[in-house]
Amino acid sequence: MKPTIAIVDYGMGNLASVASAFAALDVPTVITQDREALAGADGILLPGVGAFGQAMSNLRTLDLVGPLTELMMDRQRPFLGICLGMQLIAERSVELGEHQGLDWISGTVEAIPASDGHPVPHVGWSEVRFDPADPLFARIDDDACFYFDHSYVLRTDPSNVSASADYGRSLTAVVRSGNLVATQFHPEKSQRAGLKLLRNFSNSIADRMEG
Amino acid sequence: MATKRRIVAALLVRDGILVQSIGFRRYLPVGKAEIAARFLDDWGVDEIVLLDISASRQGRLIPIDLVERVARVCRVPLTVGGGIGSVEDVRTMIQAGADKVSINAALFADPDLLGTAASQFGVQCIVAAMDVLRAEDGTTRVFAECGMHDTGRNPADLARTYAEAGAGEILLNAIHADGQREGYDCALVEKVASAIAAPLIALGGAGRPDHIRELFESTRASAAAVGNMLHYCEHSVAVLKSSLQREGLDLRLDSQADYRHMTVLPEGRLDRRPEHELEAEIFQHIPREVI
Repeated sequence: MKPTIAIVDYGMGNLASVASAFAALDVPTVITQDREALAGADGILLPGVGAFGQAMSNLRTLDLVGPLTELMMDRQRPFLGICLGMQLIAERSVELGEHQGLDWISGTVEAIPASDGHPVPHVGWSEVRFDPADPLFARIDDDACFYFDHSYVLRTDPSNVSASADYGRSLTAVVRSGNLVATQFHPEKSQRAGLKLLRNFSNSIADRMEG
Repeated sequence: MATKRRIVAALLVRDGILVQSIGFRRYLPVGKAEIAARFLDDWGVDEIVLLDISASRQGRLIPIDLVERVARVCRVPLTVGGGIGSVEDVRTMIQAGADKVSINAALFADPDLLGTAASQFGVQCIVAAMDVLRAEDGTTRVFAECGMHDTGRNPADLARTYAEAGAGEILLNAIHADGQREGYDCALVEKVASAIAAPLIALGGAGRPDHIRELFESTRASAAAVGNMLHYCEHSVAVLKSSLQREGLDLRLDSQADYRHMTVLPEGRLDRRPEHELEAEIFQHIPREVI
């Protein structure tokens, strides 16, 4: 059975590109801000492009913080966060002021320090060093590149980090904690490697449904 | 394992038609932007920049349906520009499927737009574009109104102002190099790139793979934007990347075809292969990868 993935529509970023990537994989998605639709989906995807404070404020205005937290923490619903959607699950961020996050995972969002040869924002295709045991990276080549576009990065306990990218320093690229998985890069914009990763996410939900 | 340098396809649209631009003066029709985007994406380009070069002059925004059509086939980051003059325009473009927006003309009248747009959408989403002309005396200045009006601004200074105001990237277009196929103005690119901390995308002048190698070897540009040269041969992006990789550049390859056994001519085309080699491969079937 094919899982249905709900893409959280909270006024931040390019939801269509995520939906169109899943459409290319023939995986049904629904773009919604409706609490019942979110609760009824087999997996939740939180995309996001933009500023952290604005994003949290939008989630609060839509009254989604409580319901999403319940789905994640109490009902262990599979979750994929992308880019800002990864940063939002942290405790807090210092992007343009101090902001509280969703606090689903320990850690804070900090600015990437600029250094010679490493301009900020970090824009472009980087290889990531990933944990080959993570099912999210099944069938993905060691030297695969993913598309990053960010000025801030999540710093969290190393036990949560399942992939990182080198950019003068090590940047958290993927975090995993129980049912939560999140990528700093944009799989929906990373061509074949990205599609494989999204396929792996959808397969993991299907496996869970059957199991 | 650094960030790969990017090959960016620049799709210029004028009155709804994808065109090849020569010196901001002459335009040759190519076809439909969404068809070019689909092929370039499939051939492994790293990013697509879609610019409506007639929008600002006609006082309108790049058509939303055009952005949607291109976004639908685009599996790589899409930057959209053309008449973007407000935060509302930025939102419209992102909703239509753009990952980043490129702002040019509006910045002369409203320099604060970069900051206000960046605070809502993040700096990584905002690209500031500028058109620069090198005069006969060698000086370079920023031009407005499709290269018609000399603003007198120094490109490096203006780029620094833009980057500090909230631009996540600078798109630098050299008017004098546009469509000339004689290479990028590397001196200009390096001058601007070294003045800013943000990544720089260089546009204008690429005619052969060598030009991109020269750009990446002699400047700190993060990305080479290529317009015209990608439209004229099959699998152009993969062939280009493969020939540059052979020269030692660290690029991302997304294609199964690496053209390892083939010769790439200086103009970027594959050399003709001997009959006996083609004969030997007649039964070789390479299936499309299932994801």
